[in-house]
This record gives sequence, C-alpha cells and structure tokens, in this order.
Amino acid sequence: MATAFQKVYTKISQITKATCSLKATGVGYDELATINGKLAQVVKIAGDDVTLQVFEGTGGIPTNAEVVFLGKAPSLKVSDQLAGRFFNAYGHPIDGGPEIEGKDVEIGGPSVNPVRRRQPSELIATGIAGIDLNNTLVSGQKIPFFADPDQPFNEVMAMVALRAKADKIILGGMGMTNDDYYFFRNTFSNAGALDRIISFMNTTEDPAVERLLIPDMALTAAEYFAVEKHEKVLVLLTDMTSYADSLSIVSNRMDQIPSKDSMPGSLYSDLAKIYEKAVQFPEEAGGGSITIIAVTTLSGGDITHAVPDNTGYITEGQLYLRRDSDIGKVIVDPFRSLSRLKQLVAGKKTRKDHSQVMNAAIRLYSDAANAKTKLENGFDLTDYDNRCLDFAKEYGKRLLAIDVDLDTTEMLDVTWQLFQKYFKLEEVNIKRELTDQYWKNN
Amino acid sequence: MTKGTVQGVIANMVTLKVDGPVKQGEICYIETGGDRLMSEVIKVIGADVYVQVFESTRGLKVGAPAEFTGHMLEVQLAPGMLSKNFDGLQNDLDKMEGVFLKRGQYTDPLDRERLWDFEPLAKVGDTVQASDWLGKVEENSQPLKIMVPFQMEGTAKVKSIVAAGQYKVDDTIAVLTLENGDELKVNMIQHWPVKFAMTNYKQKPRPFKLLETGVRTIDTFNPIVEGGTGFIPGPFGTGKTVLQHAISKQAEADIVIIAACGERANEVVEIFTEFPELVDPHTGRKLMERTIIIANTSNMPVAAREASVYTAMTMAEYYRSMGLRVLLMADSTSRWAQALREMSNRMEELPGPDAFPMDLGALVANFYGRAGYVYLNNGEVGSITFIGTVSPAGGNLKEPVTENTKKVARCFYALEQERADKKRYPAVNPIDSYSKYLEYPEFAEYISKKLGDQWINKVLDLKTRMQRGKEIAEQINILGDDGVPVDYHETFWKSEVIDFVLLQQDAFDEVDAVSSLERQEEIMDVVTEICEHDFQFSNFLDVIDYFKKLINLCKQMNYSQFKSEQYEDYKRQIRETLEGM
Repeated sequence: MATAFQKVYTKISQITKATCSLKATGVGYDELATINGKLAQVVKIAGDDVTLQVFEGTGGIPTNAEVVFLGKAPSLKVSDQLAGRFFNAYGHPIDGGPEIEGKDVEIGGPSVNPVRRRQPSELIATGIAGIDLNNTLVSGQKIPFFADPDQPFNEVMAMVALRAKADKIILGGMGMTNDDYYFFRNTFSNAGALDRIISFMNTTEDPAVERLLIPDMALTAAEYFAVEKHEKVLVLLTDMTSYADSLSIVSNRMDQIPSKDSMPGSLYSDLAKIYEKAVQFPEEAGGGSITIIAVTTLSGGDITHAVPDNTGYITEGQLYLRRDSDIGKVIVDPFRSLSRLKQLVAGKKTRKDHSQVMNAAIRLYSDAANAKTKLENGFDLTDYDNRCLDFAKEYGKRLLAIDVDLDTTEMLDVTWQLFQKYFKLEEVNIKRELTDQYWKNN
Repeated sequence: MTKGTVQGVIANMVTLKVDGPVKQGEICYIETGGDRLMSEVIKVIGADVYVQVFESTRGLKVGAPAEFTGHMLEVQLAPGMLSKNFDGLQNDLDKMEGVFLKRGQYTDPLDRERLWDFEPLAKVGDTVQASDWLGKVEENSQPLKIMVPFQMEGTAKVKSIVAAGQYKVDDTIAVLTLENGDELKVNMIQHWPVKFAMTNYKQKPRPFKLLETGVRTIDTFNPIVEGGTGFIPGPFGTGKTVLQHAISKQAEADIVIIAACGERANEVVEIFTEFPELVDPHTGRKLMERTIIIANTSNMPVAAREASVYTAMTMAEYYRSMGLRVLLMADSTSRWAQALREMSNRMEELPGPDAFPMDLGALVANFYGRAGYVYLNNGEVGSITFIGTVSPAGGNLKEPVTENTKKVARCFYALEQERADKKRYPAVNPIDSYSKYLEYPEFAEYISKKLGDQWINKVLDLKTRMQRGKEIAEQINILGDDGVPVDYHETFWKSEVIDFVLLQQDAFDEVDAVSSLERQEEIMDVVTEICEHDFQFSNFLDVIDYFKKLINLCKQMNYSQFKSEQYEDYKRQIRETLEGM
C-alpha cells in the first residue's frame, strides 16, 4: 500500500464515530489518507495534531492502524471512457467494467470567473407544460424539485432528462434506495440512452459520509465534458437533503456549533459551491453548458427547513409537485414553482404571447383557488367563480399534469382556447395587442 | 516586515506563529505550492495569530511561510473604475486569465497606461485639506475629481500643480507643502482601508431629496431619498433581485455600485450582459457606463464576501467626496452575516441568536451609517443611497439580520410570499412596508414644491384605503359576499384599483417597467379620482364587473406609451366609464 516515499503512521490518538486523530507532520489540508485501507480526508491541522474524517466510518479501526497520507485531495480520472459507466463515491466502477484511464483531476476545483460566463439563453424543452409553459428551463440553470418523499420526483426527473436533448446526463445518487437506482438504470437503458449516462452512486446501503463526495465527483465529470468536449451536460442530483444530512453528521462529530435545524453554519456556502457549478460557457470557450436538476426532499412540505430554505436562495427557482385531488393527477404546482431564468427565453425563444398568457392563466387559476375556499366555507359562488373552477379543472388536466407532452406553441394555443371557453375578454387582463391577434371570435 | 509560519488549519481559518508585531485586520500572504494566499488577521493570542484566508486552503501545510504587509485591507481609488467588474478584494475580473478563477491570482484594479485629460481646479498657494479638489478628469462623461490624499492630516499649501493636459494615474499632478514643511507628491490614486468610514465632509444633514426609481410602489407609496437607506427582506422567489435590478437600472443616480454578495453568478452575468445595451433613462447614455460591479458570488471564497460589501461602500464614499450621487445596492447582506457566522464559529466564539456573532447588530448599524447625504468642505453636496436586501431564513422576519437591519434602515420594503404567489409584482406588501422619509418635514417641503402640497395627504389616503380594503377582504372571507353591505364591496374594489393600477408594475414590459414621476402623478390622479367617486351600486356582482372593466382599462393605459394617442384614448375611456355611473 505505502510506496517508498510515504511515511507510515501507526499511532492513532483519538477515535470518534467519524474521525481519527494522530500526530503527523508535512500533511496538507484536504489531503487524502488511508487508514487500514479505508479512505479518509484531513479536516483539521493543529500543530502536529491531524484530524481525519473517515468516509466509511471508524468502526473496526484499531489505535495501531496503518495510516498513509496520499499527498493529494480526492480526485477523479476523466476521459471519454466515463460515458455509459456506473461508479461509487470514490469514482471506482461498480458495474464490473475496467477502471477508467485518463487525466487525474482533483474534485471540488475552482469556480468559473463570472465574467467568463455567458447569460443562459437556450430553452430546454421537456414537453411538460407545468415546466415549459409556466417555469421554462434554460441550459446552464440550476433548479431543484421540492418534493415530499412519496412524490414521483425521480420519475419526473428521468423523463425530463431523457426529453432534454443533452449530450451527457450525469446522475449523482445520494442515499438512493437500491430500487430507485435500478429504476434509473432500467429507464435509461430502455430508452437506449445508456451511452450518454454517467452515474455516481451512493445508495442507502453505503456509508452516509461517502455521499459528500458524490456531487463533486459528478460535477468534475460534467466539467470535463462541458469544458474540454464543449458538450451540453445535464447533471441530476438526488437527493440533496441526504447530502445535507451527512454534512450535519460530520459537523456535529467535529463539535461545531450548529445553526438552524442542526445544520452547520456553512450550509449555504456548502450547497452554493455545488449548485454554482451550473454554467453556460460562451462560444469562444466552446459553448458547453452544465445544467443541474436536483431533488430536495421536504419533510411534510416544510420549506422553511434550513435545507430547502438555503437551496431556494441559491438555485434559480424551484419546482413543486403536488397531487391535485380535483383531477386525480400529479401536477407541477403553478403557485410555488418558479424558474428565475424563464424570462430569458419566454417570448424570445417561444411565441411572444408566452409571458402574458402564462401570468393570466395563473391569475385565473388563483381566482379558482379562492372560489374553492369560498365553496368549502359554504358560501354561494358567483358565475365568475364557477367559470374559474371549471377552467382550473381543465387547465390542470390538459396542461399542468406531468403526463402532458406538448410543444410550447401547442401549450399556448390550448391556453387561449380555455380562456375563450370560460372567460370574457376583459377578465383575462391581457395586452390588447395580443388579444387582437389570438382571441379568435373577437 | 513581520513574518509568520503556519501552525494549524481548519477550513479557511489558519493559525500562524509570528516573529514581530502585527495589527488587527492586517493583511498577510501565506505561501503554499507556489501560490500566495491573501489573508486577514482576525484574532491575536500571544504569538499565535489567527487569520482568515480569502482563498481555498487545500494542500496548505504546517510550516508554510507567511509575510505581513503592514497595512489593512485597502482599496485603490482612481479614475478608470467605472463599468468594471471587480471581485470582493478589488481584483479586476476581466484581467484574470482562463475560465476558472485561479488561487492566488490578484490583478491590478487600475489601468496604469490610460491617459486622462486633467484640468487643474486648485492654484499654487491655495491652502487645502484632505479630500479637497485639486483637479478634474472626465470618465464616461462623469466629472471625477482628483483630491488631496484622504489620509493627509491638517492643512497644506499647493506648491505646484501641473497644467491641463494628459496624464496617467501614477503621474504626479501636484506637490503640496505640509504643515511640518515636508513635501507631498500627489497623483490621482487614493488608498483607503475599507473597514473605516470616510468622514471627509463638513456636515451630514437629514436627507430630503426624492430619489426617483421609476418603481411606483417606491416613489409614490414609500419614497426613498438621495442619501437614504432602505432594505428589502423577502423569502426566495418573491422578486428581490428583479426589484433590485429595476432600481439600479432606473434610479436617478450618477454612479451605481452593485455588490453581489454571496449571490448567484448568473445574476451578475445578467447585469453585465444587459447593462451595456440598456440606456439610462435620465441621461440617454449606456447604463454600464455609470455602473461598477463588485462580485463575490456564492461559490467564491467566503471570507472575501465580507470584504466585498466594504469594498463597495468605500468606492461609494470615494465618489461621494467628488460631489456625486451614488446608489449602492448590496444583494444580500444576509450572506455577509453568514460569512461572519462561519468565521465566528471556527474561532469558537460564544454564539449570539441563531449562532450569529454577538456584534452583528453593531456591524450592520455601522455599515448603514456610512450612507448619507453630505455637505462637502467646499459646500458641494454628495450622497450615498444604500439599499440592501435581506434573505431571511425560512422567510421569517423575526431573525437577527432582519431585526438588526430594521433598526437602522429608514425604508422597509417587505416582499411577501402571498403576493408573489398571486403574481402581484412587485410583491412589496403595501401595508407593512414603510418609508420614514414620509414623516420628515424636510421631505414634505421638498415634495410639495415638486408635486403639490396635497401629495403626501393623497399618499396617506391611499394607504388608509389599502388597509381598509384588506380588513374588508377578511370580513368577506368570513361572512361571504352576501354577508356584507354592497358599499363594502365598493371599498374593497377601490383598494384593488390602487393595487392593480398603481402598485403592480410589470418589470418585463418595455413601457410599464419605468414610470416617470410625471406619469406617476397622472396615475395618482386617475386612481384618486376613482377612489373619491361616489358610486351607487345595488348589487355586489355589478361592483365586481364594473371594477374589473375599469382596472382592465387602467392596465391598458399603463401599457401604453406615455402621452401617446393610445394612452390618451384609454384615459378618456376611463373617464367615460366613471361618468357613466
């Protein structure tokens, strides 16, 4: 294990559930080490006292374990051979295939100079109107699904990934159940997309702390394809709440003072470092892009919890799934979902009535919600209330449901049809210039 | 100079053993693997010095050497900074090589080769003090002043000053004779430690002049003034950034400094993509020409985040000393507070509320205190208007950053989730938000000269109507449409008129995005006329139909070019609809 130049230490002075400390010299911060073959990373140096975080946990480590410092931070070998392969959190193949040959790159590398970015402007079409019409995605964007664990977010994400015409899809699974892992594998394989997929997997059967490596591994691979191969890369990270849970485990074991919801005080920076890897490069840098779609599971829909809350401030919007009992389908919730970059493409890469139609429809949908409250409280409904309710039902079924597959022009046409079916011209509050053109029986 | 060696590393906090004196806040450079990492002293215990490193400490080893510089974190101030993009430590981002930020790469914020058309303002023999104007140069048609070094003590006599002509920033443009007889050569560059406020003015009176932003919910409802302070708290997704960008695009300021503090990189990209194309509505010049961006995006080193807001404020003070009107926007001050919290945590300080450091309130207050409207020593005026955003955790305004900011900022623009959900943008809550300036007699006097002596009364009347409208909406919710008298519906819908026509504004519509003060006056007249009109409805359904129609007409008016035929036509239709009742 140790080569001729490496010094071997065999005296561990302190062992906690996640860390080991020993006396050592010449050690670099963030450096990797092995402890009886288990991977660990330097997290604290005080004089000659070095503290190591052991990814697999410290169970079974004796005080006389053999500690070897590797002289480098965690890294991934990158090359075209990555495509179509499945790896664990350390970047080792788990699909029975050969090790990857390629350039060894340290993960968690530096960030892109903001002035070397380009403003995202390419629409990512998913066919789902709740996304394309109301919350249009743009390449280079970072956006999570906020969902309760029982909602079909992995299914929707797989569908989005396959429909979005990306050159590479990189899946980072954190604390994923084995069943979900197979679901992704089978879905991608059945779609004949396996050669475009690269997966880094930490399932529920693997040690929790290993998860901390997954996003950086996935994004290092993504940067290789986006920067060197100028490709459009889509990164799927599921589930970022498990990632944050691991962060809190480590910070707790290191005796740090927790801030909100027992999360470490650095949660915002930790998450931002990952999400900010989403980028659109300008043409002169090859025009590649990294788009991140993530999942943040909520507990009982609570978005004020530190993880979704910090995520919301970092990402460019968020998508909520909700089961709509009126139509018996899962919809993309139009009220709380938001894509911050939509105005970069809405009306520019799509038809010019896009923004106004979208806003008018949501306003009417919100009137329907008010009418519903009135109904539930036992009040009489006006004619307008009833029309709103009917509109909302049909709008939900034909557009918001996640099983819809239309292009944006069709979505807009359907919305105009619904407007005319249920409302008077002055009730939709749209610019005259647009109603003149699209309100047919005017 | 003092030297040190690395003793310990935890993330970006490093302990050094030093061989000489160091001062609190002093800058040092730690060498590792060929990189020089800029760091700042944050605590000293005996010969152990704790520093925060402005870069990643990956690979840093015990024993690495450090060299102290003798000065605190400071910026260089000179002509040539407008339309530039800097990082939080004032490195020129455009001068950096490669796509990725390289550790230890520091670039010159100034352009040393550029020639400036200098024109002297002072004469030989003049007695001058720090910050007095010696001459001027023009940058992007802004008249910039070359000033007596800010740190000079006492007075001095101008011994010589160069004739009008072209000079570089490093050229000596004047020689001063100090009180002790020494001579001081002056070039165009000023140095200033960012954590200290510049107090190079005669007086800081209460601000009173309206700062037009083109955003109706601000200008009409809760105005901010030149040299005023305001803050915008709001949960994510309520339009903080859109509102901030709207203000920075439209505000009537000479210089706009935007500190992107721990926020998304794409938002910075949006600014430097759009601003070079957009035209300043007040001068007709490109917006970028008056703008400086300080970018410490959320993935850039945390310690530099704190520095970024101070760097931005110091630049603002520099331009204010020249008699310019500066608007400073910081998005978001919560990220700065979080950076402080991370550091305080690593230093194992006893935590205050929500694990923030105990002195958070004092830091926030001092920072807001640096804004203001001032009379300079030569009688001219300058101002820094500061607007910060706050990102309250969980959207809950009862958290330390919001509470501490509320104590010091005079304008409060509360963004509200419920309004955002209903797409009522800008989602500024009309009832909770306030501007203390409405209560300033100085402001009342100023605004009555500009918009008539009834203006403030009209504004207060609309505010009362909004409040009443909200109360009635709650009653209707409980009692039902039939359960309240018809005139309750009328009152409610009048408040909806104020909301839809005056408060809501489409930031993405070419016309509606900016409302000139003149246009806001007309909208105010229309809305007031509707509100004061006495209607005779017999049925609440008629009320709803009628007001929906009226609101639609008013919105069409808002979408029309001001004073265009179309605009006048809608105005006439509104009047006819009113008279028809």
